[in-house]
Amino acid sequence: MSATEIRKTYKLFIGGQFPRTESGRYYKVSNAKNEVIANMCLASRKDFRNAVVAARKAFESWSTKSAFNRSQILYRMAEMLEGRKAQFVDELMQTGMSKTMAEKEVRLSVDRMVYYSGWCDKYHQLFGTVNPVSSSHFNFSMPEAMGVIGVIAPESHPLLGLVSVVLPLIAGGNTVVVLASEKHPLCSISLAEVLATSDLSGGVVNILTGKSQELHTHFASHMDVNAILYARADAKEKKTMAELSALNVKRSFFYERDWYRADAENPYDILDFQEIKTTWHPIEQIGTSGAKY
Amino acid sequence: MSMLHHPVDQTGVEERIARFNTRSIKKESKLQGLRLALSMIDLTTLEGKDTAGKVRQMCYKAMHLADDLPDIPQVAAVCVYPNHVKTAKIALGESGIKVASVATAFPSGNSSRKIKLEDTKMAVGQGADEIDMVISRGAFLAGDVQFVSDEIAAIKDACGEARLKVILETGELSTLDNIRRASVLAMQSGADFIKTSTGKIQPAATMPVTLVMLEAIRDYYDETGIMIGMKPAGGISTAKSALQYLVMLYETLGPEWMSNEWFRFGASSLANDILLQLGKEKMGVYYSPDYISKD
Repeated sequence: MSATEIRKTYKLFIGGQFPRTESGRYYKVSNAKNEVIANMCLASRKDFRNAVVAARKAFESWSTKSAFNRSQILYRMAEMLEGRKAQFVDELMQTGMSKTMAEKEVRLSVDRMVYYSGWCDKYHQLFGTVNPVSSSHFNFSMPEAMGVIGVIAPESHPLLGLVSVVLPLIAGGNTVVVLASEKHPLCSISLAEVLATSDLSGGVVNILTGKSQELHTHFASHMDVNAILYARADAKEKKTMAELSALNVKRSFFYERDWYRADAENPYDILDFQEIKTTWHPIEQIGTSGAKY
Repeated sequence: MSMLHHPVDQTGVEERIARFNTRSIKKESKLQGLRLALSMIDLTTLEGKDTAGKVRQMCYKAMHLADDLPDIPQVAAVCVYPNHVKTAKIALGESGIKVASVATAFPSGNSSRKIKLEDTKMAVGQGADEIDMVISRGAFLAGDVQFVSDEIAAIKDACGEARLKVILETGELSTLDNIRRASVLAMQSGADFIKTSTGKIQPAATMPVTLVMLEAIRDYYDETGIMIGMKPAGGISTAKSALQYLVMLYETLGPEWMSNEWFRFGASSLANDILLQLGKEKMGVYYSPDYISKD
């Protein structure tokens, strides 16, 4: 006797919880054969607002964690994803991907998590500088997290694309509200189950499902979002977001990449979402030669 | 038997609260409600680490909540410890904002009658317009209601012109029945306001507790014709919950109570959340705390 198949209800991921959309709206997600496979939350601007509140709340503790601790947590994420490979391969295949490609995408996603986990406690050394100044000061510049980042994840590669845009941001101590792929959100939102079980505090990553068309203006105009990252191709949405983000002088970044390429992972994506703080520390002249640092 | 002493139907209270929370207040009425809520706030700092500087800063905020937003009212009062009353009084000047002071060995209330009276007289002497006293919960729970009643009456006497708010500390009273009994006791002993909590004990103000107290005020008014004010304090930090309290106030006591003469919110972070909402109305987009002063 075969048991009844138990279907998962896909929900949003906000502040470490899995709420339904407050709007009560849903849209249908289909597989490659055009069969409806799930009802997906159609997040509203209030859901986005709630996610920003959660991300802001999480920012203080996440950005002040030690870099090494953040690294451990990102590595834990990779471990959790590794253990759930089969589920993600299955969800990717429903988008029409071959088994080989699906396995490759999951493998690359795990690798990318490990990659950014490694960078957590190293990018400061690379991007931080000691600056020559002509007064008796020790002058140095260090990168610091920007704050709450609104991300519109790539439409294709629902797992690898999302991991590639979110991981460098949280590696750098930011907190994120990310809108998943509209057409293939299954494994993007399933990733929330990985995040929720990997010591990542609630609110550091918040995942919404829905339409960029409805939400992109709110991502760009929300005064409490410090930067936006748009990783899709729509030229009109890009223009609108660039304009609206000027309202509170948000940093705005637009990525279009082949997420399979090796250079899709690089520490400069961390640097994009860092503010550089320069400190002037008064000192006596150092050394007998009178050298100044 | 007087209506004042009927037992509280806990399930009924909870169901009524659930109904209040389904009310949707939007657009113009929401803005009006938010501005009213701002004007009802007792901006509060009650910490061991309070300094004259912090009190002056808070007084400035009380007068200038957000100068770049349109039609922002002042808050009703600032609430401080007795030793900061004078500082607050000077800082507020002619603004019309009241100075409320906690007294009577706040927050525990565990001291002698003599010291509590001295505490009150000192605050009043320094210029406090309102006194927030705590009741002796130990005596109340032990059944010594006469002691509690006498104490309130004595403090009321020491208040002179100042209005007296009586804090029941509902988080320590266990049951809604106790809260109702304490409310009636406080009103009969001379309270001008009854107040839920010190803010030092969890749970602080909740909607069920506030509803029970509002109903006690209503029944007391029906019986005596005397209006008593209400002040939920502690734990109300969002604009949305403030509106729900106002709905409850309106539907329980009616329009006469809808002013800061008769209703206050004891809160420190509520004002900023309301300002976020009003900022959003002005800008048309979600606002950020970066544009509002923290204290």
